[in-house]
Amino acid sequence: MTRTNVWVGSLAIPAMIAMLLLAGPSRVAATDQSSTPNAEVKIDNFSFGPQTVTVPVGATVTWVNHDDIPHTVVSTDGVFKSKVRDTDEKFSYTFTKAGIYSYFCSVHPKMTGQVVVQ
Amino acid sequence: MRDKKQGLIDQKLQDLNNDGVDRRGFLKCMAWAGTGLVWTLNGGIPGSRAFAKTAERSAAKDADFTFVQISDSHIGFNKPANPDVTATLQTAISKINAMPHPPDFIIHTGDLSQLSKPSEFDTLDQSLKGASAKQIYFVPGEHDMLSDNGEQYLERYGKGTKGTGYYSFDHKGVHFVGLVNVANLKAGGMGSLGNEQLEWLEDDLKGRSASTPIVLFAHIPLWTIYPDWGWGTDDSEQALSYVKRFGSVTVLNGHIHQIMQKVEGKVSFHTAMSTAFPQPAPGTAPSAGPMKVPADQLQRVLGITDVNYVVSGHSLAIVDSPLDTSVSSASENGSGSSLLRLAR
Repeated sequence: MTRTNVWVGSLAIPAMIAMLLLAGPSRVAATDQSSTPNAEVKIDNFSFGPQTVTVPVGATVTWVNHDDIPHTVVSTDGVFKSKVRDTDEKFSYTFTKAGIYSYFCSVHPKMTGQVVVQ
Repeated sequence: MRDKKQGLIDQKLQDLNNDGVDRRGFLKCMAWAGTGLVWTLNGGIPGSRAFAKTAERSAAKDADFTFVQISDSHIGFNKPANPDVTATLQTAISKINAMPHPPDFIIHTGDLSQLSKPSEFDTLDQSLKGASAKQIYFVPGEHDMLSDNGEQYLERYGKGTKGTGYYSFDHKGVHFVGLVNVANLKAGGMGSLGNEQLEWLEDDLKGRSASTPIVLFAHIPLWTIYPDWGWGTDDSEQALSYVKRFGSVTVLNGHIHQIMQKVEGKVSFHTAMSTAFPQPAPGTAPSAGPMKVPADQLQRVLGITDVNYVVSGHSLAIVDSPLDTSVSSASENGSGSSLLRLAR
């Protein structure tokens, strides 16, 4: 082999790898469901934490009640509505459409939160 | 000890005086202290007799009457703040039953249950069956509305009520109105009465003589105590405007599990202790949730409210008393007897 050939060859491989990496991520995500980041919202001290949570389309948000008082999770636009959740009970909702979803606790309406789906 | 009590009474009279209330008016006060004293003020001169000697209640006129307010029994609650709310409710009922004369009726200002469960309402009803007063009036709290639209509550306690469960009745010349401010709550808001109920209230009060004493009762306070914790009612101003013309208005609420009182003109506002668990004073804790106190203190921060209507003065005397009336230490909100001035 001439020197030039070897040099080109040693460049080609990294270049190919680079191209694969650049093309990679979106395809990998589409086929691998377990990487969809779900989110958890903790209910405690009459508040939702975090108050605003951002998730991708298709994600599931789970609310867990750590308070010693029952609460509910109710969308202000009628999109979702949990049954009353006592201490340690959960409510989950999967967001299939992008948007901003405001919600509150219908028992203690000063408790408000938001799910941003993008 | 007696001087201290005398001083306290004098101080309260002083406060009443500053409010522009005539302290020489008729005032009947029953002190539920361990000493069992009955104080009567007649023409500004206090006199006291031990409970035992007033068994006949000879000074009472026929039309005078007493009723009791209890609140926030939260049957079904079982966390550390009070693992046995049914037992403390029972203590409250025993206290009512120990009164020399049974009250004409009991008013429960809501949060009967913790989770609106049938079994919880059942337990409450069972307990109340043992009360000396057989007539009980209810209004729901937000905890009683947890099944869709409060159907469990309405099924049991909503007979003869309108809309979300509101109603009115008359008793010996006093007009009582039970309001519901825990339904259809809006995000970010406090308590809410709603237009339908407000229209009904305006109509209900129309044409009544201004000398008719009015008692409004609802779960969430009808005046703004602490908005951050939802302790108020967004549209109560309108409701209060309908009662402005009356000579004596008393507003009885619950929800906050502690005694708070306010007088504004001829309207006296009062919130009751819970029979289940206390809650912190506004802003003194991260949230309004159940407050744990040492076990031996619990019964001092739970209690009932005795309301005595005196016809001659067209006034109501409101006396709160804790479940435990043994000689108490400092008087924090909720512990110890408190005398609310009257609306004349």
